[in-house]
Amino acid sequence: MMDAIGQPLERADAHLKVTGAARYAAEWDLPGLAYGAVVVSGIARGTVRAIDAKAARRTPGVLAVLTHENAPRLRPLPDKLGKVLLRGEGGMTEARQPLQDAEVYYAGQPLAVVVADTHERARHAATLVGVTYDEQPPELAMTTARRQARPATFLGSPEEKLQVSIGDPAAALAAAPVRLERVYESAVTHHNPIEPLATIAHWEQRDGADFLTLYDTTRFLTGVQQIAAGAFSLPKENVHVICPFVGGAFGSKGWLFAPPLLAALAARMVGRPVKIEWRRQDMFTVAGHRSATRQTLALGATPDGQLTALQHDTQSHASLVSGFAEPCANLSRMLYQVPNLGFTHQVAHLNLPSPSTMRGPGETVGGWALECALDELATELKLDPVALRLKNYAEHNPETGKPWSSKHLRDCYARGQALIGWEKRNPVPRAMREGRYLVGYGMATTMYPAGRNAATARATISADGQALVESATHEIGNGARTIFRQISADGLGLPVARVRFELGDSALPPAPNTGGSVTTATVGPAVLAACRNALRALRQLAVRDAQSPLFGAAEEAIEARAGRLQLRAAPAQGEDYGAILRRARLPAVSAEGSAKPGPEKKQYSFYSFGAVFAQVRVDEATGVIRVARLCGVYDVGRVMNPPTARSQLLGGMTMGLGATLMEETSYDPRTGHPVVRNLADYHVPSLADTPEMSIEFLDNPDPHIGELGARGIGEIGCVGTPAAITNAVFHATGQRLRELPLTPDKLLRAATRA
Amino acid sequence: MHPFQYQRATSTAQAVAAVAPEPGATFIAGGTSHLDLMKEDVHRPSRLVDISLLPLKQITALAGGLRLGAGVSNTAAAAHPEIQRRYPVVSEALLTGASTQIRNAATLGGNPLQRTRCPYFRDPAQPCNKRAPGSGCAALGGINRGHALFGASDACVAIHPSDLAVALAALDAVVQTTGPRGPRAIPFPELHRLPGATPQVDTTLAHGELITAIDLPAFAGRSHYLKVRDRASYAFALVSCAVALEMDGEHVRRARLALGGVAHKPWRLPAAEALLVGEKPSEKLFRAAADAAFADARPLEHNAYKIPLGRNLLVQALLETSGLQALAGPAGTAFAASVGGLAGTFPAPY
Ligand SMILES: Cc1cc2nc3c(=O)[nH]c(=O)nc-3n(C[C@H](O)[C@H](O)[C@H](O)COP(=O)(O)OP(=O)(O)OC[C@H]3O[C@@H](n4cnc5c(N)ncnc54)[C@H](O)[C@@H]3O)c2cc1C
Repeated sequence: MMDAIGQPLERADAHLKVTGAARYAAEWDLPGLAYGAVVVSGIARGTVRAIDAKAARRTPGVLAVLTHENAPRLRPLPDKLGKVLLRGEGGMTEARQPLQDAEVYYAGQPLAVVVADTHERARHAATLVGVTYDEQPPELAMTTARRQARPATFLGSPEEKLQVSIGDPAAALAAAPVRLERVYESAVTHHNPIEPLATIAHWEQRDGADFLTLYDTTRFLTGVQQIAAGAFSLPKENVHVICPFVGGAFGSKGWLFAPPLLAALAARMVGRPVKIEWRRQDMFTVAGHRSATRQTLALGATPDGQLTALQHDTQSHASLVSGFAEPCANLSRMLYQVPNLGFTHQVAHLNLPSPSTMRGPGETVGGWALECALDELATELKLDPVALRLKNYAEHNPETGKPWSSKHLRDCYARGQALIGWEKRNPVPRAMREGRYLVGYGMATTMYPAGRNAATARATISADGQALVESATHEIGNGARTIFRQISADGLGLPVARVRFELGDSALPPAPNTGGSVTTATVGPAVLAACRNALRALRQLAVRDAQSPLFGAAEEAIEARAGRLQLRAAPAQGEDYGAILRRARLPAVSAEGSAKPGPEKKQYSFYSFGAVFAQVRVDEATGVIRVARLCGVYDVGRVMNPPTARSQLLGGMTMGLGATLMEETSYDPRTGHPVVRNLADYHVPSLADTPEMSIEFLDNPDPHIGELGARGIGEIGCVGTPAAITNAVFHATGQRLRELPLTPDKLLRAATRA
Repeated sequence: MHPFQYQRATSTAQAVAAVAPEPGATFIAGGTSHLDLMKEDVHRPSRLVDISLLPLKQITALAGGLRLGAGVSNTAAAAHPEIQRRYPVVSEALLTGASTQIRNAATLGGNPLQRTRCPYFRDPAQPCNKRAPGSGCAALGGINRGHALFGASDACVAIHPSDLAVALAALDAVVQTTGPRGPRAIPFPELHRLPGATPQVDTTLAHGELITAIDLPAFAGRSHYLKVRDRASYAFALVSCAVALEMDGEHVRRARLALGGVAHKPWRLPAAEALLVGEKPSEKLFRAAADAAFADARPLEHNAYKIPLGRNLLVQALLETSGLQALAGPAGTAFAASVGGLAGTFPAPY
């Protein structure tokens, strides 16, 4: 039954958010709360010789100054969390516990926490802490870094190999009638959610044992719980993580364990709850980022456009305490039917902060390079860019040979062409003008892997006819509260108004981190299972109750509709949920349900697809580029809620636009300090940069991903957009810009060279 | 941030008296620049003297020109009908600056006194002669994409970020002040200084000298502002350009040109101005002026792009001011002044 699913329901938490009633991590008020301010490293490489905290300690209101010398000891981070490799080459996160040693690996690394009775006093005292170092020259360039690694897999996943060669790409390239090799470079970018990182840590004694509560900006409640428990040698049950609202994450806030651990250390030391709110400046050093990349794309093709070889080699960078590799070949490995396919990933370890996943990790910039190279090949072969892609359309996954679970990419291309007016453009570069502006059209393919994990939920039906469904998933602005409420309503046979969905608390039935665009496909089926189990419990009460109109009925003959259990064959015979419970003198029935992927994962290759078309306007005299139109057509399975889905894609496309035209964090090439440290200098698209976007879904349910038929939509919007815009800039100007972001200086430099 | 005293000034005299004797004391108006720098630990004032309640919020007529009180908000000035009509360059410069919220708080006195956006200046962990004299200039050999082409020194290559200041320089505005030594009038082009060996000093104001008003002299010509930035709105200029043109029939009688984003102060272009006088506007003439304007530009490692950008921008601004090309939007609006306009289908829906 799908009454609520697919409906354009208003966000369940919209009112809370616009009235300020939604409580974010930094907003919890605890009695006796103290405030921590973090002192960060002023050098990028070396060892702390001494920390002089005398002046800070003398400041009124200061309760403690934690450094590596006096902070409580922490157990090291485990190698893995679940199946995810945390540390080591190809691992997810920074493998370093805070304040445990004197080593400095990057500028901005936390070195001390000053705790005081007010935020202002803590901040002031933090400026009085003097740190001296034994400094060494930092390594800051990818090309010359001494420590280079070639991780075998991304995050230890056997399905995500990072070094692959199928067929003989080198020989096939050498033999190819048409060959093209290009280098694409992208800048470091930061998530910069509006809500910076924050944690409140609170230690208590419960039943004679230590108990830690963390209010943390996280999209991985159970991860923070497990890591904190491990670090402090506590049973998992003695750590409680709370986060009902995340003010944006975009790939950050998932695997950041040092910030909550710092707060926990500080709280332990002063014996009071401690809040640490990070400054915007710190977001450029402690919150993760997308590494810069240097990608070499080599394509071999026949003169009529059949790809014979594809080699995609990526260089990215990680810190010296992280092994994260930006997996740029994610599209190259599966998008086109290429007999000879190779890709490599090399990670340079630098004295720069630790990278992390960022919306479309690998796909966003790797897809940009691939789809720009395809465009260059189309130009070389004098083929229409769409025709070149159709010519190499993959009917099954070229790397694994598995069939797609569902793929309607041809429809995406066709619809996108119609939306943008592709056929009406003059395909010759530099041929279209509007006043003083050059005009261009570009397109790109987009995709995102459609993953699914295991999750659990609990459904509770109360005697008043209301229901509560819960799972330890997260609301990161993705609309989780809203769509799981819709799914719950359908699962329980209740109108949406009578259903509440709660999340954001590690005490709830476990769900994985919110990331990788898997949440709907992961938590959705668990929600349905929990609802089903709760209804079963209710049915069993009814059929055993002599006073029930359903007494003695076969369970299979009963259906749940609009808050009633009734006979399928005779709907008038039945009663509402509340009546059953009230007669049984039960306040509620409650049941858990779990769901996990089955054998389909081995049989099919699961991906979402899409096509993005862009029209740009370029003022060549000043290098200014504006996007006139952006059209995305997406094949993402069944859509749960069109407005929230559209918002995900709109946000993703806007973020892709930002990465293409303006987002960039640079680090000083000599000191490794970020020279972009605020939102005035880190440019995210303003409304004036963001055109009206045409966004359409094909809405073809995926027959294999689970009964909802929904694949993820969180990241696919970010992918594809950069190449569509970059290719449009070429069409407008005749200039191939291969360095993101495409700020005015880049175009002016290219125009001056030409 | 460091502890500080806060007091509200009740009169201009009292404001001056409160700041002048105390080396660490400063005025605060809208606070949009000053507070950021305090939170960055770049400014550590011992005392803030709040001048936001002083009666400096009037815009009055003045011998053919206008007197703008130093406490007038950027928003109010930009919307003032006489400024819109007679000095559109001022409205355009103001409206391309910052955001609506910031402009509502920002004041005309504070805006020209905002400090450089050089990222090294704003990060106490890095050397900067402007913040910590003698510590060195990190921008010189660092990331200097946003830095100066003209008038820089070995000690400092920072630029002045204000848009309004560029317009005021082109109009030869006059800054009215009152200070420990009484009132004086400073021609706007003399308000800011070049860094030389003392880049910590931005202006020629004495400590405790309060700006009370900015005078716009009589002007009967056409004026216009153009700004190029890394995004369509809410960004500082890469390069900007203010033009004030007075005509004698078909010929230029007087031209005043100033660039933003290229120097430690709004950069007037006397050589280019001289080339225009007595001539009939044409693209060829404007190109020659632009070439003259950049003849002595000294680019750094990452900012050479500002030369072609600045030249083209100057030509465009002259074409639009002289009427040889249409403005991109109504005069006196951000649409007229923002190169590239709004994203979306063309023409922009203003
Ligand atoms: C994110 C961001 C983006 C911005 N973008 C732009 C932009 O694109 N273009 C642009 O031009 N500006 C921009 N600004 C700067 C903004 O316009 C200035 O901060 C503002 O105009 C300063 O005015 P204020 O009244 O707030 O000054 P305050 O912050 O109060 O003061 C600034 C300085 O001036 C001194 N001062 C203030 N008034 C007087 C007076 N009457 N006499 C003597 N001294 C005085 C103060 O002591 C202080 O040193 C931006 C600012 C921010 C934060």
